[in-house]
Amino acid sequence: MKQELLHRDLSNGLVLLGERMPWLRSAAFSFLIPSGTCYETPGLDGLAGMTSEMVQRGCGDLDSRAFLEHLDELGVERSSSITTNHSSFSCAMPSEVLGETLKLYCDMVRRPHLPEDQLDDARQLCMQDLRALDDEPSHRCFSELKRFRYPQPFGRIAQGTREGLDAITIGSVSEFVKSRYLPKGSILAVAGNFDWAQLTETVEAELGSWNGQPPSALPELHENYGSRHVDHATNQTHLALAYDCASYESPEYYQARALVGVLSDGMSSRLFTEVREKRGLVYSVFATCFSLAGHGSVLCYAGTTTNRAEETLQVLLETIHSLKNGITTDELDRLKNRIKSSLVFEQESSAARSGQIASDWFYLGRVPDREEVCAKVDALTCDGLVKHFCENLPQNFSLVTVGSQPLELPNGAVDAQS
Amino acid sequence: MELLTHKVENGPEIVVLHDPTAFTASLGWFVNTGARDEVPELAGVSHFLEHMVFKGTQRRSADQVNRELDHLGAQSNAYTSEDSTVFYASVLPECLGHAVDLLTDLMQPILHEEDFETERQVILEEIAMYDDQPPYGAFERAAELYFGSHPLATRVLGTAETVADMSVSQMRDYHRSRYTKDNMYLIASGKVDVSQLINHVTEFANDWPTSSQPRAETKVDFRTASEVLNRESIHQHYEVQMWPGLHRNAPDRYALRLLCSILADESGSRLFWELIDTGRAETAAIWPQMFDDCGCLLGYLCCAPEDAVENSLILQRVLQQALQDGVTAKELDLAKKKIASSLILSDEKPANRLFALGQSWLSRRNYEPLDVVLSRFAAVDLDDILRVAQTTLGCPPIRVHVTS
Repeated sequence: MKQELLHRDLSNGLVLLGERMPWLRSAAFSFLIPSGTCYETPGLDGLAGMTSEMVQRGCGDLDSRAFLEHLDELGVERSSSITTNHSSFSCAMPSEVLGETLKLYCDMVRRPHLPEDQLDDARQLCMQDLRALDDEPSHRCFSELKRFRYPQPFGRIAQGTREGLDAITIGSVSEFVKSRYLPKGSILAVAGNFDWAQLTETVEAELGSWNGQPPSALPELHENYGSRHVDHATNQTHLALAYDCASYESPEYYQARALVGVLSDGMSSRLFTEVREKRGLVYSVFATCFSLAGHGSVLCYAGTTTNRAEETLQVLLETIHSLKNGITTDELDRLKNRIKSSLVFEQESSAARSGQIASDWFYLGRVPDREEVCAKVDALTCDGLVKHFCENLPQNFSLVTVGSQPLELPNGAVDAQS
Repeated sequence: MELLTHKVENGPEIVVLHDPTAFTASLGWFVNTGARDEVPELAGVSHFLEHMVFKGTQRRSADQVNRELDHLGAQSNAYTSEDSTVFYASVLPECLGHAVDLLTDLMQPILHEEDFETERQVILEEIAMYDDQPPYGAFERAAELYFGSHPLATRVLGTAETVADMSVSQMRDYHRSRYTKDNMYLIASGKVDVSQLINHVTEFANDWPTSSQPRAETKVDFRTASEVLNRESIHQHYEVQMWPGLHRNAPDRYALRLLCSILADESGSRLFWELIDTGRAETAAIWPQMFDDCGCLLGYLCCAPEDAVENSLILQRVLQQALQDGVTAKELDLAKKKIASSLILSDEKPANRLFALGQSWLSRRNYEPLDVVLSRFAAVDLDDILRVAQTTLGCPPIRVHVTS
């Protein structure tokens, strides 16, 4: 069956996207609202997360309990999350209840009750998340890296801060909903077994009259570089390292992503081979691409016992720089196979596909199909990748360590700062 | 979908859930061995061996193994539990032949001394990593208290000491005695050409060791106990509880899962409304862990240290109420719908079906299709729930607290 992106721009600015997967019994949607942490009121860090928690405490004709019970009755698997840009609500369900589920979520974004008597419960829940993060060193090093590398408002983390959560009032939550839960900039992506005509009819009926101003423009992002240490009584030192690369929107993103793939995709990747297989320095090591406000970064992680942390960082950096010495055809072929297979696996999951569609639309304003992705992957060459690496040598490093001893970036890495 | 089984003459059994319409194929070797099959001084050998399996065979070097897995575009991995070790890969159907050849070859690893020493460091890092993470070994400690001298008390990763002291020759002996034809199953699901699997297994498994000692069945002598683990400068309070549970083939296992859903699901359960929705706790969960001959219920509470005592009392009150009055028809109905939907969604992927089939085959040599499983859940009534609550949560639990 030919892959087809179904697309409707509502007059209020909401974008509705769909991809039919009629071989599945399920349907899934990913609803992105432009109300992420970067839109939080200064001083109220955690407002996006607490608002997301509050809107799920009753809406339309249903109170908090009736809302959740109705979703359980329908058999909806659901999750919500906060990113820098969005509050995201994702659901997967038997396809026959898609319409009814969507109606509930439309009520949730448009007519939440925001019960004042539950504000402190929601605040406590968010405080729990924050304290739990403090006890998870491998997660904490990435939160601290985000805070360190990206200045405000981009460096805020979903869990917020103690002070921010304490300062939130019902007025600030309700103002955030009013000013940030808006159709312009919202993306609703549906994948799975559904009828497009029925879907558009439901969405037009439920969200067509939703109105509001577009989200305000964000300042320009300027990253911070250097090292930061967070003292934590642990056996291992957890390292999170970032350096510049092409962002998701860039025409050169596929090269940047492929270079990270050579470093980190699979058990034959360079980081796994050099850091774990040959030297036994870690159990976990990886690199991934991350894009924020048009800036791309490679994020790397390694966790190792404290006395081997310096060696681990050294090997990590050497392995990254080894890309300039060449990439073998075999490495590139393996990577191409992995990416192409993952496109097939995606056809088995409506949830994965709806998430990808929403994300592509946000970054690119379009959704590349499998054919286009395969063509771009096929066009990658070893020489082209090495050339891209040499023309964009890793620079602007940020390093965060969580553990019992600090670690500094070696001189070579610091010298490469622009 | 069709269930196909084949016993290779003088070889391991092959079990396939064939779906000709699937986009992918998943396959795995399910080995009936895990931490409970280890002698105390070799605690962790099953898991260490699971790592060493990827370190090369007579036909392939470690580098080749890793390269081939990636070349297949496979989503592959392995895991070790108390009673099983599983190696699996999901691939495109055209790669199935290569994948079965590779995975089958891996089952006879070469176990080089030098690789063993390097991998020992990786395992020690893994132990250090989990020791840094909540709940800081509380589950393992609770299992030790619960199972006492029973082999299920063994930690899957072993300890830093047992891993440091282990020798490669001890691992070779363990491998010879447990990775035997009668103790391993090749399981597959999705778009699978069964003849390919049969041909490979017939050719390559012929000279594998034939049989292993049957697993010793020891009775669990359950006693209640309580212990506090101290951790420096942690921000939350963690509490693990263990109650007697059911074994994998117990007819009441469906009722037990429904009970856990009603009491302690992540959302919409009694503990959710009491402890999570109110912001009193970060996590409050109860779930069953089942083995072939016994089982337990695990409880987990994570909250602010100053709320720990009160939350513990709330938890006890919620459980006490269920023991006394059971649950309501509305709750049971909702839980059935939740579980049915989650099973239907999960069943869409051949990779998920692989684990359901493999686990079921390891423990009972049969497989219940989704519709049968759904009908078993549908048949559970309020009396079943009350009975299963009383036989499990009715006993005083093991408690392990972690505090700063």
